[in-house]
Amino acid sequence: MLSGESGEADRFAMSVITRMAKAVGASRLISIEQAHLDACALMSDSSLEFIQHIVENGGRVRVPTTLNMVSLDLDAWRTLGVPEDFGNKATRIAEAYKRLGAVPTWTCAPYQVFSSPRFGQQIAWGESNAVAYANSVLGARTNRYGDYMDVCAAITGRVPYYGLHCEAERAATYLVKVEGVNPGAWSHTASWATLGHLLGQEIGSGIPAVEGLPRAVVSDQLKALLAAAASSGGIALCHLVGITPEAPSAKAALHGKRPERTIRVGPEELRASWEDLSSASEGDRVDAVILGCPHSSYHEFETMIQFVDAMGGASVSSHVQLLVISNAPMVALARRNGWIEKLQAFGAILVHDTCPFHSPIVARDARTIATDSGKCAYYAPGELGVQVAFGTTRECLLAAVRGQVVREEIQWSM
Amino acid sequence: MEHVTAAHVIVGGNAEGELVKSTSPISFWGGVDPLSGLIIDRRHDRCGDSIVGSIFAFPEEIGSSTASAVLVELVRNGHAPAAIITCKVPTVLALGTIIADELYHSSVPIFSVDQASFDSLVDGSRLRISEKGEIEAVGDQG
Repeated sequence: MLSGESGEADRFAMSVITRMAKAVGASRLISIEQAHLDACALMSDSSLEFIQHIVENGGRVRVPTTLNMVSLDLDAWRTLGVPEDFGNKATRIAEAYKRLGAVPTWTCAPYQVFSSPRFGQQIAWGESNAVAYANSVLGARTNRYGDYMDVCAAITGRVPYYGLHCEAERAATYLVKVEGVNPGAWSHTASWATLGHLLGQEIGSGIPAVEGLPRAVVSDQLKALLAAAASSGGIALCHLVGITPEAPSAKAALHGKRPERTIRVGPEELRASWEDLSSASEGDRVDAVILGCPHSSYHEFETMIQFVDAMGGASVSSHVQLLVISNAPMVALARRNGWIEKLQAFGAILVHDTCPFHSPIVARDARTIATDSGKCAYYAPGELGVQVAFGTTRECLLAAVRGQVVREEIQWSM
Repeated sequence: MEHVTAAHVIVGGNAEGELVKSTSPISFWGGVDPLSGLIIDRRHDRCGDSIVGSIFAFPEEIGSSTASAVLVELVRNGHAPAAIITCKVPTVLALGTIIADELYHSSVPIFSVDQASFDSLVDGSRLRISEKGEIEAVGDQG
């Protein structure tokens, strides 16, 4: 490939891979069996020129490859008020990534809709929350691949052998003991995001082993925790003792070594982490509510519908934008139960393929948003210039109806 | 004679420019404006300063892996720094400069130095860096 015999796209991609191997000090390359590309979410002249250079020179992926979000809802962007030139450029980027041979999943939660890597499988994924999920929950092996390494890996099917691809580099170096927390608190996905936010802040880009969590956990809770941990920190692998496959015990997750640091987390620390995610006060006017970061799953739609039903005919306040973000497969499943129509009748705006950080869909004059996502709460002040009311899904839906921040204390203590 | 500091070459190239030295780690995504080359992270000690054409030294890269794409865009529009010096190997920025080199045949050399060498760098001084990683101060007369 490096010689250019199989074309310029292959030469380009293999040159990047081998030069990166040298930069990180890797002595050899290994094969990967799957890729998830984040680069399609970028909006700049160079991101378009990069992928055009690749596809116009015959670039094709060599392994099954899924795609992260694009910069707009490909069906409804005009009605969402996205400017014409922005929409056209993003559409050209999306088309180029399809020509590459990747599956147009357009989602940041590929592990819930399409691709499920096996335990121990070597893969190359972009998108921080997906990387953390693949490594931690599925036990597949990937580094956090930056743009456009993900694309080059998919084209060549090769990556430098370093970091989390190597068994020895996957050992936990921190032990986190969760103690004294009311088991009922874990029924809210926002509680898992709260713990994730704390882990990212305490540990940075290290690898924690967390013990003391309930064993019966659903995918959405793990998604919330890992997305938050990969936002406030650079966590790419988080062992949850008794839950994730490389952590049957804390000792196993630590590879038999002593932790560099032990961190104790109780109700006080979780309460503080929750406060840290929330800058708005109870009663503040809410302009937008964002649910679905990462993209809403079937069960998260189900939860929203239960709360909407329980509100007995109430609807979203006229000055609030309620954005429910997901991907096309989940929206199709939810539609089968009439949930999409019900959410729209409630006043929600359904968005797929994208998110508020990549597409200009939140009203420009919005000053306060409510969200149940730790990741969204972390990025929104800087990226959207808003203050945030972080809360449970129910609090967010109530805020959408009342048009103001609603807080119902979580009972963290036993 | 000028003092010469030996740096580890991560991505090679010659460079000359004024040193913009920072004591804070930085994420180019959210930290540097890809269109202007200004530091925009409000928590960063050099917020508001320009890195265009400079030798930009900072302890380590942090944050988003989209930082590589920001560096590619800076190279594309002519607002990239002349070189980058860090203490820890910045793998995401190394990727960005390699991509820029392949795509636009223009790159930002990246070097790493030990803490003592980093501490000895003087903000605002004019430096020349060779392909082999020899960093030396350049007098006003050149």
